[in-house]
Amino acid sequence: MSDTLNHAPADPSSASPPPSTVWKEKQSWLDVLPTPVAMAMLVAIFVAIWQAIHLSGLVSPIILPSPARTGAELITVGANLLSGGFVFKAFLVTAQEVVFGFAMAIVIGVTLGIVVGETHFGERAVMPLIVAIDTMPKIAFAPVFVAWLGFGIASKVALAAFVAIFPIVVGVAAGLHAADENSRMMFRSIGASRWQTLRRLKIPAGLPQFFTGLKIAAIGVVAGAITGEFLGGGRGFGDLIRTAASQLDTARVFALIFYLSLLGLATYWCVVLAERRMVFWRRTNAVAGGGR
Amino acid sequence: MTLSAQATAPAGHSPRPVYQLHGVNKSYAQRNVVALSNVNLTLHQGSFSSVIGSSGCGKSTLLKIMAGLQSPSEGSVMLDGKPVLGPREDIGMMFQQATLLPWLTTLENILLPIEIRSGRHSARAALDKAHTLLELVGLKGFEAVYPGELSGGMAQRAAICRMLIGEPKVILLDEPFSALDEINRDFMNMELQRICLQANATAFLVTHSIAEAVILSDVVHVMSPRPGRFVEAFEIDLLRPRTLDMMTTPEFGAYVHRIRDLLGKGALS
Ligand SMILES: Nc1ncnc2c1ncn2[C@@H]1O[C@H](COP(=O)(O)OP(=O)(O)OP(=O)(O)O)[C@@H](O)[C@H]1O
Ligand SMILES: [Mg+2]
Repeated sequence: MSDTLNHAPADPSSASPPPSTVWKEKQSWLDVLPTPVAMAMLVAIFVAIWQAIHLSGLVSPIILPSPARTGAELITVGANLLSGGFVFKAFLVTAQEVVFGFAMAIVIGVTLGIVVGETHFGERAVMPLIVAIDTMPKIAFAPVFVAWLGFGIASKVALAAFVAIFPIVVGVAAGLHAADENSRMMFRSIGASRWQTLRRLKIPAGLPQFFTGLKIAAIGVVAGAITGEFLGGGRGFGDLIRTAASQLDTARVFALIFYLSLLGLATYWCVVLAERRMVFWRRTNAVAGGGR
Repeated sequence: MTLSAQATAPAGHSPRPVYQLHGVNKSYAQRNVVALSNVNLTLHQGSFSSVIGSSGCGKSTLLKIMAGLQSPSEGSVMLDGKPVLGPREDIGMMFQQATLLPWLTTLENILLPIEIRSGRHSARAALDKAHTLLELVGLKGFEAVYPGELSGGMAQRAAICRMLIGEPKVILLDEPFSALDEINRDFMNMELQRICLQANATAFLVTHSIAEAVILSDVVHVMSPRPGRFVEAFEIDLLRPRTLDMMTTPEFGAYVHRIRDLLGKGALS
């Protein structure tokens, strides 16, 4: 039938093929840059400005040491850390505080979070109290913990945990509300008990929020441990930083802070790795959701 | 050809009643809403009934009451001669969304009702049945796939398997395919008919689509809103198994026309 519509290619003899309309979409060269290059570029600019300020002589080297001097100190401190010197011992102390503090925060935070998220009583009575305490500057409690637990590791663990508990409670409580109404109804219709619904539906559905809280807590726990060391002494990294600062050795302070940040980064990465393992199903969803 | 809601069984079906609702009322105290008013309904073994009505007229409320997920304010709901006082194993339910758990594979999702009710061991024993069901709905080979990788239609088919794994006597469907596109939806409706005929299950479907109600049902109940009540029941006298081609026949058109007429009047009153 020649009179019906068809989608076959046009008769080649009738006309020349249509012109190609392939065109290049504009994109900023900054967006095209590979990520490592982009990051290295930013660091380079930062160091350049730093060096410029140093060369200008406007700022005393006691306040702002040169990049070269800081780099040298970075190597000295790093060598000491790797060879098991005093920096390494201090690192172990602080790492211990972070690990114990984080573990304690998770245990207490998850328990409180389940009470708040699962029970009406918790939501009405416990949550307002938690919010009230959360709005206080928790660091201000450091002297209290030192008075209660002494100058040893215990007072730092307590402060670190204290700082980290709240985001975990909020993450767990919010997560337990994440399962949608239809899934809950489905669970009821198949006769699931409250415990089964919690374990098989609400907890897995709440894991993404739980991990969001955990990431915030991972940052807070290091800050808590260091603050505890600043205010309560001990033999950790905080003490090294305080000593170096009191000797006006700013380059060393910078180097110590750099290695301290590695501790925070490591804690954060542990959480991210755990999240990837446990919330594996979310990435496929995110892809299905699409969009940038 | 119309008959009152509590009238006799449609021709060609054994008259044994499965579901019996008498004088069911439901009001929500906090907002002073009467969602259901004096609903009487009898579903017969192996029949397919549907209920159609405007949005908010109480269809989902009715289904939840029938499933034992909510209590009526007044009235009685009996299934197989026993009162419905909570969720029961002989009721299978399906919702508008597939509600598959994204952290379980398709197979694990399908076995979930068994696992919840009678533990891991029984779930393992039901593996063969799960495979058979997956094959029945054309999901063979997707056992180990996570729901995030299934299309909407595939997810709903998995949800059908999950509903059927406990071999329910009655299945309650709340707009199960309304999230699907029309082509998929027609296809799924025919699948649903085939599955119900094969299992001789009693089915009750909530829908917004007149055509869907007519092509699937032996009886279509029409509800009117505020308060939600049954106004009329249409017996659909088309041959089984129904096919999509029947949707172009004049008989089909006549049913659709009469139901639409009634709904139009109901919306005005
Ligand atoms: N938990 C509740 N509390 C108070 N009112 C409710 C509740 N659930 C439903 N209602 C009310 O009851 C009425 C019927 O609701 P229902 O969900 O059964 O309607 P529906 O027919 O399923 O509507 P749709 O077709 O939109 O799904 C509505 O007016 C609704 O506002
Ligand atoms: Mg509804």
